[in-house]
Amino acid sequence: MTETVVIAEIVKGAVHPTTAELITAAQALGSQPVVVVPCADASLADGAAQFSGAARILAAKSDVFSNYDAAGWAAALDAVAPAGVIITSASPQSKDLAARLAARRGISVVQDVVQIENGNLTSPIYSGKAMQTVSLSGNAVVSVRPNVFDASGNDGSADVSVVDTSGNVATAVQEFMARASTRLDVAEANIIISGGRGMGNPANFSHLEAIADTLGAAVGASRAAVDTWEEIPHSMQVGQTGKTVNPNLYIAVGISGAIQHLAGMRSSKYIVAINKDADAPIFQHADYGIVATWEEALPILQSTLSTMMA
Amino acid sequence: MANILVLVKQVPDTNARIVLSGDRVDLSAVKKVMSPYDEFAVETALQHREASGGEVTAITVGGAGADKVLKDAKAIGVDHIVRVDCDAQLDSNALQTMLASVVSNLGADVVYCGKSAADTGAGSTGPGLAECLGWASVSNTTSVSFGDQLSVITPSSGGNARINVPLPAVVSCDKGDIKVRKPNVKGIMQAKRAQVHVQSVEVPASTISVVSHSMPPAKPAGKSYEGGAAAAEVAQLLRDEANVI
Repeated sequence: MTETVVIAEIVKGAVHPTTAELITAAQALGSQPVVVVPCADASLADGAAQFSGAARILAAKSDVFSNYDAAGWAAALDAVAPAGVIITSASPQSKDLAARLAARRGISVVQDVVQIENGNLTSPIYSGKAMQTVSLSGNAVVSVRPNVFDASGNDGSADVSVVDTSGNVATAVQEFMARASTRLDVAEANIIISGGRGMGNPANFSHLEAIADTLGAAVGASRAAVDTWEEIPHSMQVGQTGKTVNPNLYIAVGISGAIQHLAGMRSSKYIVAINKDADAPIFQHADYGIVATWEEALPILQSTLSTMMA
Repeated sequence: MANILVLVKQVPDTNARIVLSGDRVDLSAVKKVMSPYDEFAVETALQHREASGGEVTAITVGGAGADKVLKDAKAIGVDHIVRVDCDAQLDSNALQTMLASVVSNLGADVVYCGKSAADTGAGSTGPGLAECLGWASVSNTTSVSFGDQLSVITPSSGGNARINVPLPAVVSCDKGDIKVRKPNVKGIMQAKRAQVHVQSVEVPASTISVVSHSMPPAKPAGKSYEGGAAAAEVAQLLRDEANVI
């Protein structure tokens, strides 16, 4: 049986729930995983103990983990993680870590895995226009897309042990620059509402922002919107030359569904499309498609959601 | 004077339709281009040269058909072009080991690459190469300033971070705000005459093999509605049927 190790996903100083999905992925590949929690303060690891299916929890404690540095994190995790297939999240930071950690161990990395079957791993390639299935011979590091595997559950009671580790940090943070808006970034959000050129002008994105605030969602945009209006920054762009996202819910408003855009969001769990053009390609990918202008649909969506969320 | 390397990769045009032949992707009819993020890497490398002096060398891995991507880089303004001659399917360890040996032989202060290649989307090469070389790395940068160290901007939880990166380092570049320069006639003429330096490097065995390619699973048809009033019903279904809000 393949030994497996999960590197817990840390977001904003806490163990992220996607870690429970990584445990499921690890079980699909082999044994119950050892869950390694990178932390500066070992109490952080208690946040992983609730997840079902872990063999044990290892709090890897080091000041290295105060800020992200790929070299330092890879060294400190390599020093304490048992041998085996290592599973990380496929968030941008964890993909970077996965690559560095694999190279440190002289093994290979398979990124963005969305399916594990008979030990074979499947990932999207060409921005989701095709899928690639690979087999492993020997150990590897595997990053797993969030919101694809079921969570392992919350009735875990694995032992937590603490081990000190260290690594040489190469880079130094000079300053953090918080986003002007308190709204989530599309790369971090579980719900995204995006606008395209169909929004008419950038000021109309305020209607998307209002719904985003109701849902705790991020606001995204198509490349057409970003290229057309300088008020819409590239950081909001979802798609092939923007961000690839995998939220639970993606609401596309006034977006036709160019292949460029689909590449960045087609693997979202649920997709809602609002577009006045019934032939827009986005509708072929929507779980719920509404043929209407945004002016008709958004006020009703907003008021219904406000009532539901109240 | 800096010795600057930039990694470039030839990929299918991002607007191309991808088709299968049997259980493998068939790219024979697809136009090949420089991976879009590599264009930002090349631009950053050229800006680095303008700031500090030095030379820029573009490197790719592939067969003779990959010379085109090097000529494109040359036309934009790099000084030297190197192709690592290898047409085989490589896993990340094999590729990075090869590149590390080439980079060590050429010598470099910094290596720039795109944040990911448009074909695999993996983004493994930059950080993995840095680890093989024992260098610092930083990924997904949207801005780079040049000095004895680099000062880069990269996404961080809740916003961005400005980070000092000591050299030597590998930097993987996201789109950011920079404008990519286009080749001019002189550049294109120079590129035509430019010599591709072909290197052969020992290729380590791969432990990851491709089993098959397939088309993405078709999504079952969703529910469709006419008129904005349906938004109320959809909102309810998102809670009661999809359980996502």
